[in-house]
Amino acid sequence: MREVEMMTGNTAAAWAARLADVDYIPAFPITPQTEIIETLAKWIGEGLMKAKLVQFESEHSMLTAAGTASLAGARVFTASSSQGLLYGFEMLYSISGWRAPLVLVNVSRGVAAPLTLEPDHNDVLSARDSGFIQLHAENCQDVLDLILLAYRVSEDKRVRLPSIVNMDGFYLSFTREPVRIPSKEIVGEFLPPYTPTLPFCPSRPVVKGASVLSGSLYTYFKHNMHESMIRASEVIDEASRHFEELTGRPHKPVEGFYLDDAEYVLVMSNSFTTIGKKAVLRLREKGVPAGLVKLVMLRPFPAAQLARLLKNRRAVAVFDQNLSLGLGGIIYSEVAGALYNERKRPETLISVIGGLGGKYITMEEFEYIFNLLQHPEKIEPGKPVFLFRKDELRAVENTIKLAGVV
Amino acid sequence: MSETRYKTLRDVPAEEYLLPGSPECAGCGAQLVLRIFLKALGGDAVLVNAAGCLTLLNVYPYTPLKLNWMYTAFASAPAGAQGIRDALDILIEKGKITPKEDLKVVTFTGDGAAYDIGLHAASGAIARGLDFYYLVYDNEAYSNTGFQTSGATPFATSTKTSQPTTLNPIGHEGVKKDLFEIWRSHKPPYIATIAPSHIVDMLRKIERALKYRGPKLFIAFSPCPPGWGSDTSETVRISKLAVETGVWPLKEAIYGEVRHTFIPKVLKPVEEYLKTQERYKHLFHPRRQEKVIKTIQENINQYWQKVREKEKLE
Ligand code: SF4
Repeated sequence: MREVEMMTGNTAAAWAARLADVDYIPAFPITPQTEIIETLAKWIGEGLMKAKLVQFESEHSMLTAAGTASLAGARVFTASSSQGLLYGFEMLYSISGWRAPLVLVNVSRGVAAPLTLEPDHNDVLSARDSGFIQLHAENCQDVLDLILLAYRVSEDKRVRLPSIVNMDGFYLSFTREPVRIPSKEIVGEFLPPYTPTLPFCPSRPVVKGASVLSGSLYTYFKHNMHESMIRASEVIDEASRHFEELTGRPHKPVEGFYLDDAEYVLVMSNSFTTIGKKAVLRLREKGVPAGLVKLVMLRPFPAAQLARLLKNRRAVAVFDQNLSLGLGGIIYSEVAGALYNERKRPETLISVIGGLGGKYITMEEFEYIFNLLQHPEKIEPGKPVFLFRKDELRAVENTIKLAGVV
Repeated sequence: MSETRYKTLRDVPAEEYLLPGSPECAGCGAQLVLRIFLKALGGDAVLVNAAGCLTLLNVYPYTPLKLNWMYTAFASAPAGAQGIRDALDILIEKGKITPKEDLKVVTFTGDGAAYDIGLHAASGAIARGLDFYYLVYDNEAYSNTGFQTSGATPFATSTKTSQPTTLNPIGHEGVKKDLFEIWRSHKPPYIATIAPSHIVDMLRKIERALKYRGPKLFIAFSPCPPGWGSDTSETVRISKLAVETGVWPLKEAIYGEVRHTFIPKVLKPVEEYLKTQERYKHLFHPRRQEKVIKTIQENINQYWQKVREKEKLE
């Protein structure tokens, strides 16, 4: 095995599970995630990793088994996408409430209807209130690293909450990129073995998932989870420092790009960030003080870090690859909330929505966003700007016309 | 049949795993079944539960149980059982726990979960050959939410969602799903019906099931006084009548081969059973619904005629 391999995001996810020496992989196929479980099934079959992979009849069952196995003491890895995540949605809240520190990879895909295969983030963001830590990958290396980081943070006794690591379908899942695979020794040093909290036991029986039937008890436990989630922020910082020492790769919950003197800043996450960064570089060449903030961690929401990075900027745009129908961009609202109490908050905060169902965003479109930041008077404040090019609209109209729809 | 340690009621193990102090109703058949079931199963187990009345055995921070418990969700208790079984297996295989720490895994749900919302998950678990027990307390409706029709509700039953009216004097017009046959079509090693009036029969069945690896089902007749409109002191008598009128056949199937463990010599008329419960009152008051009662009786007769013919052939 070479130290750097060309591999897809899906393969990188499988590698992370293998390196983490997971015990149990409950599975259910769904495009574009399926390659992950196929790869793991193959490795287990060939004796390359010692784990049990069981294919379920649905994601709801798969996630139930993932949670109970984790409570029983197994390190659990699972993966899903879009419709699958939503089909199993009920169990997300159960898993976090059970304090089962498993890792779930979501390969983003737009949610039907209309039915589609390519990515946006409505699927993963629907889980934002569920008590899962959320880490979002920009590239295939991130996929591998963030999964390892997720295990370390989730299993930490100060946190004990599950994680979702998100990668974009197609743009990462099926795209081959160079990925550095850390050695077993390095992963062993970074990730201590999982020690479950009071697992089921014949001589010391335990009750898990009991009802509370009182608002006070319910609030008590929910607040407890909230505090653990907030604590995850520090634990992630601590873990990423250790990870960087071991691998030389830094992973911050919020990453700045050309921020030092930036006046116009774009906030975004996931794979399109790579194109956003290219746009920043091009604008810099033209002398525009552009910069970018990449959100890696969506939960716990890094509000304080964001406020720190965005204060004193002239104008900020939030790029949402999701759409809360009737509201607009989900992350825009969250960023706005994070900035409200910052006295030196930017005067202009623009919401931009694009990339729904995997619709490509060109570098020019990102440049256009920076152009709007320089001339915010061109748009209505607070109203989201939809990225939809004229040629794309013409193509849609043509498709409809060709099919003979009147 | 083979040797058994259960010959009379005196052989019921003294060990208790379900202690007094649960919040369930007086006369709850389901709770009675669970108590006896655990005596034969032993305490080295984990009960994996789905939403239902007996979920409320455990209301934080109390439990009347002396064994492990996992509440999952309404639809997926068998999958929850699979997760625990698989985890124990792989952890033992990897040497992370010892075989001494192993547990029997028991899915424990009502009929709403077993016949309706969780049937899909059960089917998957059986098809994967999961080594688990599934105990269904069948009170023939969604009792926990106030007694609405379920897939287990028998024909002509009055429930909160099938109340007899002048337009429809019958009550529930559908038929009870045959869960025994649904499971049997998957050919699991062991399935049985049990009743709290026939305790020795129940204990022997659990004893037999203990020998098999794979999915093992017990469908327990579970009178529910508030839902059925029966007296709390009548639970065992109603159960006895259900067996003697042939409403609730006691049987088992080993790898699909059915055997009745009790064949009534003469069937008591079903009326005797129906009259013990308010949920069938509309069949007798204000007017006797002769046709409906006859249909119920004929269905029972036909069932037992087939059983007798088969027995004769053998
Ligand atoms: S409602 Fe019926 S099944 Fe539920 S606890 Fe009461 S008696 Fe038992």
